[in-house]
Amino acid sequence: MVDEATKSTLAKIPLLKTKAGPRDGDLWIPRLKEEYQALIQYVQNNKESDNDWFRLESNKEGTRWFGKCWYIHELLKYEFDVEFDIPVTYPTTSPEIALPELDGKTAKMYRGGKICLTDHFKPLWARNVPRFGIAHAMALGLGPWLAVEIPDLIQRGVVTHKGSDQAKS
Amino acid sequence: MATIEELNKTRVELREKLEQETRKVQELKGTAKREPIAKMSAEVVDSNPYSRLMALKRMGIVEDYEKIRSFSIAVVGVGGVGSVTAEMLTRCGIGKLLLFDYDKVELANMNRLFYQPHQAGLSKVEAAERTLREINPDVEFEVYNYNITTVDNFQHFMDRIRLGGKEKDKPVDLVLSCVDNFEARMAINTACNELGQSWFESGVSENAVSGHIQFIVPGDTSCFACAPPLVVATHTDERTLKKEGVCAASLPTTMAVVAGFLVQNVLKYLLKFGQVSYYLGYNALQDYFPTMRMKPNPQCDDTHCRKQQQLFQEREAAKPKVEVEKVEELAAVHEDNEWSIEIVSETTAEEAQAAQGDVPSLTHGVTVAYTKPVQQEADSSELVSNTELSLEDLMKQMQSL
Repeated sequence: MVDEATKSTLAKIPLLKTKAGPRDGDLWIPRLKEEYQALIQYVQNNKESDNDWFRLESNKEGTRWFGKCWYIHELLKYEFDVEFDIPVTYPTTSPEIALPELDGKTAKMYRGGKICLTDHFKPLWARNVPRFGIAHAMALGLGPWLAVEIPDLIQRGVVTHKGSDQAKS
Repeated sequence: MATIEELNKTRVELREKLEQETRKVQELKGTAKREPIAKMSAEVVDSNPYSRLMALKRMGIVEDYEKIRSFSIAVVGVGGVGSVTAEMLTRCGIGKLLLFDYDKVELANMNRLFYQPHQAGLSKVEAAERTLREINPDVEFEVYNYNITTVDNFQHFMDRIRLGGKEKDKPVDLVLSCVDNFEARMAINTACNELGQSWFESGVSENAVSGHIQFIVPGDTSCFACAPPLVVATHTDERTLKKEGVCAASLPTTMAVVAGFLVQNVLKYLLKFGQVSYYLGYNALQDYFPTMRMKPNPQCDDTHCRKQQQLFQEREAAKPKVEVEKVEELAAVHEDNEWSIEIVSETTAEEAQAAQGDVPSLTHGVTVAYTKPVQQEADSSELVSNTELSLEDLMKQMQSL
């Protein structure tokens, strides 16, 4: 189901407490704070284990998220824009993470560049409502997706390195 | 020298040819339109588009077919199932259609019905409206090219369900979910539970060999959030299912079958004939069609579902009682069991229940996509800690990482 490495990464991301979505008025604020806390912790964990791989930020309302993610392949860094909306039914349904610039380049994507997750992701998310948040979606969804798809896209020549000016942040 | 008869014959032939050519030109120009018809007629002539539908009355199937013009239906998602659904309703002479979809027509859609290659690049709702108006100019249309699951659009979507009826500012009569993802289904479910709006859910599996329709009456029947998603068992081993390099497969056949089931039940519900199926599954590999009816889950996650259940109970209690004869089911008793064989489970009933959570009772051939264990209290050390920081502080901290 989920490999050991992902499991231990996941265990170090704090779980969320508030079951609230963007339509829940005042309750959304504490949830949003928890989202940020979990994300900050996750990014710090990644840095400590020398596996820093994304940055995210949101609009003021916390309903639209955007940022960058990157993948190191054969010592070269490949960077992509990430974006997603928080659906009205969040956190019952997970966010649909998209990499728009890869739209149409791989079959493992739905329209608009939304990544195609494994059969395990949705049941796992459903079992962990409202404990899982955006950080968990990144760790369980986008992380494994990049690890499988990017090497393949590079090999097929669909993704090429944009030059060596992208210093590791 | 040609005789007068011969000349006359040529004249008739030429006139026919001219008429044919004029028709072709009109078709190309798009002027060969069928004019709107003010009142449905039962007259059996080849120029009446409603004669075969009105014949349903003479055959005693439908009492009042003209009533179809008073109904308004919202179709959410006009892809493989939704577009065919909208076409069927248009041809049946439905009063009004509201179409929602944010997608564009692509050549990759051409294995399905309805859209044509020359429409590639157009928004699906726009392309659909054009075709459907051509087919039947009597139908009223409202089309929205947006994603209903985002905060910005959801309120507008709810307002159109609430006020998009055939009569001004009345709700639509039904919402039909023809979407292809869980998020959008949940959004429709949320809207309909809040509004107390009856709706039909429909779907085709990602491997294209099964599908289903489900009629949801908030408070009366199980809503989409009452249980994990249902799947029609096709007895294919999931582990042998190849998903390498693809997200989803689709067949025009399965989609048309599901659209047909959907519209058939919509017509039965609106025009009051036959029995409406609350759940109808389609297993294409074995041609098996399970049906059932599910009660709502009193512990449903959706607060509005629970509220609707309460309202429904109150309405039921206010109705006069009807005596129902009960048939008692007897437990199977085996006449001889000389070795005293008993079935003993390795896990206790409680353990099994905790591991699975509430599983609805389902008919043969239908299962839940997954089970949800009873929620355990998380260890507080695993939870995110309380913070004094404001949201702005946290946003800044995230940006400065």
